[in-house]
Amino acid sequence: MKHTLVKALYPAACAFILLSQPGPVLAQHEPAASIPAADLVQPADLAASLKSASAPKPLILQVGFRKLYAQAHIPGSEFVGAAGEDAGLQLLRERAAKLSKDTAILIYCGCCPWSHCPNIAAAYGALHAMGFTRVKVLYIADNFGDDWVKRGYPVVTGG
Amino acid sequence: MLAAASLAHDSALRMAPDFTRTDLDGKSLNLRKYRGKVVLLNFWATWCGPCLIEIPTFTAWQNTYRTAGLQVVGISMDDDAAPVKRLYQKDRLNYPVAMGDAELGELFGGVLGLPLTYLIDPDGHIVGRYQGEPDLKQLEARIKSLLPRP
Repeated sequence: MKHTLVKALYPAACAFILLSQPGPVLAQHEPAASIPAADLVQPADLAASLKSASAPKPLILQVGFRKLYAQAHIPGSEFVGAAGEDAGLQLLRERAAKLSKDTAILIYCGCCPWSHCPNIAAAYGALHAMGFTRVKVLYIADNFGDDWVKRGYPVVTGG
Repeated sequence: MLAAASLAHDSALRMAPDFTRTDLDGKSLNLRKYRGKVVLLNFWATWCGPCLIEIPTFTAWQNTYRTAGLQVVGISMDDDAAPVKRLYQKDRLNYPVAMGDAELGELFGGVLGLPLTYLIDPDGHIVGRYQGEPDLKQLEARIKSLLPRP
């Protein structure tokens, strides 16, 4: 019930946080802090589930930038596009339109520190607006390099 | 959170890998050409909020310390050059900027988060690596200590 309420209040929370930012707004994007904590996945937990043969594997979508994805990304993850930009958001919607609404999806970016990420909350919001009910978000505090690659979690290059 | 400087390798100073790209003005940008100067090599992107905050400071430093031997070099990791060119002109960046790519990122050990800034001494050694927002006062003091003509 509480979880449902949090999700129902998500758009209002986004607007409140955006409007209450002090100082100049450099980029108009939904703040990552608006994503409910219950939907965040820690890197260590995801890495462990990737290792486990029995753990269910979500569809992993990278909603950041191509040049970062090409250098290193989570094995099995798909590059979708930068959800903070109109073109990337459209690609995400097109990819998601092919999926059942109960598909387990995990999205991640890691381009920048969490509080500055222009993509992750936009992707989360778009998937929820489409009716997806099992969307999780990889919590990357600083960047993909420090929070995933340097910790020795699995990566592949290219793409 | 401000980034602390760290060296790419703890055991020894690492030579900055050389690269050549064409900058936004169509000129050749070769890192080695700046030997004899202190180079502030800044990986950034137009979508990166912290990057946009520090760029005016780098522009000011380029003006202030140009004759003392500072060269700022920008590498954009944007996927598309168009917004970079727009910002470059609108904000009147006074140092060369080239488009980066995965190959260049890997040359520097992976550019897997922005901003990322390297400080390179006049001999071409990497003497600082700043992942995230650097403490600009500390960085400026470090630059001043390295300038060949202070």
